[in-house]
Amino acid sequence: MASDGALLTAKFEDGRLELAAGGSWTAPHAAEIEALVDRAAADLGRAKAVSIDMRGVREFDTFGAWLLERLTRQWRSAGASPAVVGMPEHDRTLLKEMSGVNLEPVVSPAQPNPIVSALAALGSGVAGFGRDLGTFANMLGAIGVAAVRVLARPREFRFTSAVNQFDRVCWQAVPIILLITFLIGAIIAQQGIFHFRKFGAEMYAVDLVGILILREVGVLIVAIMVAGRSGSSYTAELGSMMMREEVDALRTMGFDPVEVLILPRVLVLIIALPVLTFLGSMAALYGGGLVAWLYGGMSPEIYISRLEEAISLTHFKVGMVKAPFMGLVIGVVACAEGLLVKGSAESLGLQTTASVVKSIFLVIVLDGLFAIFFASIGM
Amino acid sequence: MKDKPVISIKDLVVGFGDQTVLDHLSLDVRKGEILGVVGKSGGGKSVLLRTIIGLLPKWHGKIEVLGTDLDNATEQERRALERRWGVLFQQGALFSSLTVRQNVQFPMRENLEISQRLMDEMALAKLDMVGLTPVDADKYPAELSGGMTKRVALARALALDPEIVFLDEPTSGLDPIAAGDFDALIKTLQGTLGLTVYMNTHDLESLYAVCDRIAALADGRIVALGSMETMLECTHPWVQTYFQGKRGGMLTKRIGQLVD
Repeated sequence: MASDGALLTAKFEDGRLELAAGGSWTAPHAAEIEALVDRAAADLGRAKAVSIDMRGVREFDTFGAWLLERLTRQWRSAGASPAVVGMPEHDRTLLKEMSGVNLEPVVSPAQPNPIVSALAALGSGVAGFGRDLGTFANMLGAIGVAAVRVLARPREFRFTSAVNQFDRVCWQAVPIILLITFLIGAIIAQQGIFHFRKFGAEMYAVDLVGILILREVGVLIVAIMVAGRSGSSYTAELGSMMMREEVDALRTMGFDPVEVLILPRVLVLIIALPVLTFLGSMAALYGGGLVAWLYGGMSPEIYISRLEEAISLTHFKVGMVKAPFMGLVIGVVACAEGLLVKGSAESLGLQTTASVVKSIFLVIVLDGLFAIFFASIGM
Repeated sequence: MKDKPVISIKDLVVGFGDQTVLDHLSLDVRKGEILGVVGKSGGGKSVLLRTIIGLLPKWHGKIEVLGTDLDNATEQERRALERRWGVLFQQGALFSSLTVRQNVQFPMRENLEISQRLMDEMALAKLDMVGLTPVDADKYPAELSGGMTKRVALARALALDPEIVFLDEPTSGLDPIAAGDFDALIKTLQGTLGLTVYMNTHDLESLYAVCDRIAALADGRIVALGSMETMLECTHPWVQTYFQGKRGGMLTKRIGQLVD
């Protein structure tokens, strides 16, 4: 593959520029040839006639052919009539193939003004936010319609699919949810004991753990975990079904994709979240109790009796009431984003990211709204 | 040296689990020819192609491509060899996050150190060779039709001016006119670039129109190898059904009339 001799040598003779090409005019040498060709094109200024002798060329491919074509084109546009000599017939066909390409200068896409493009991005972001709300409302409506239809004909509900989803979304999530909430409960208890100890109010750490976990943290942690774990998988599943036209196939067979694919998934999430929230809250209280015992020196009996005084059924209800709504939000966002996937792998990745980010955002917004609501009704 | 086959397969055995797909298969591909490989769906055509290019492990046998044995090649030799072939996958396998132009430039960017200008020009030249216009260059693969996808994939396979091109079902999913154009394109490119083409196909028209030799793959080995006449004379039952069957027979008759 090594090139023998120079790729291009130039010599002047009575105002004639004579070039001799040699070696391999192929892709691996394209960079060197390009530099030589550019120099040769600039050299023309001093010459009246120009010719290039290709006899020394051993290998020739489209890269070489194009660079030769580019050189002769530049000469011609400078007013010379270059002659290419000593070229085998086969290479000449290739050169001829190149004579029709790149007749118009290559236009690289124009670089827009950075301020304008920043403003455009802001504008389309805001418009996108509005569009998202519309999409989610639309999906919520479609799920509602499908639910009413299924209520009218309960036999059409995809029970098998729902059981399968329940296994994946709820049952298989139990270990990781228990572990995470256990650790969170333990951390809250440790921090509470550590800081309350300064005031001699260690007992209040139990109030902190109980109220915080039952009302807010239990359900939030579980919702965020489920959004990351199951919301993303819903989006990816539905998205790849969109990519492979499976959803269109369902539609043409007379099935409503919302009823077949989305309703069971969302319903399962609405059931799974309270279950996981309950389990998670219990694990967190257990973790808090363990830390109170080992780190705070509070015996389990004291912890439990203190907990009994600190919390009431109301706190528990506040947490549990929120859970199904969180499940609905996660399901609606995940499924709506899944149906927005276009043909490319990149789009699948984008929508999955968007699904997780938006559902976590909405879960937290919803939690804030619930906090206002419960405060105003005195719960 | 000249008569040495560019691809030489000896005694190849490939399988999955306890199922043998290719059973002591041997095949030579000559320099500059278009070889069409036919066989049942699921009969091992794609397995053979993927084994040659090193995507599937083999159980037994020896494959040499351009004089290099992939098993004993160093990482460097392997890379050097991979530059000298291009592969057109059945679904095109274009990178969906890159434009058509970037797809074609991808092998150049990774393997050559050339200026952006030359890369742009070469990408458009390659697209021109496969019959696409500069307007198509900034589209994304999702915006392309089936025929255009195959053309772009071919342009990408040809990006580094390979010596061998592997085509997996190049005309499947194309309408007969587009398929005919694609066949003509392959023939032309083989002529101008001096390519060796290894082609898996189901398309009888392609076999008649462009292939120099045909290899029939059945029962995990090559049961017939040669020109169309050889295929018609072959006594293997599958080959007979394939070429003399309803669809094959019609074509054979038509080609016979054309020859007369």
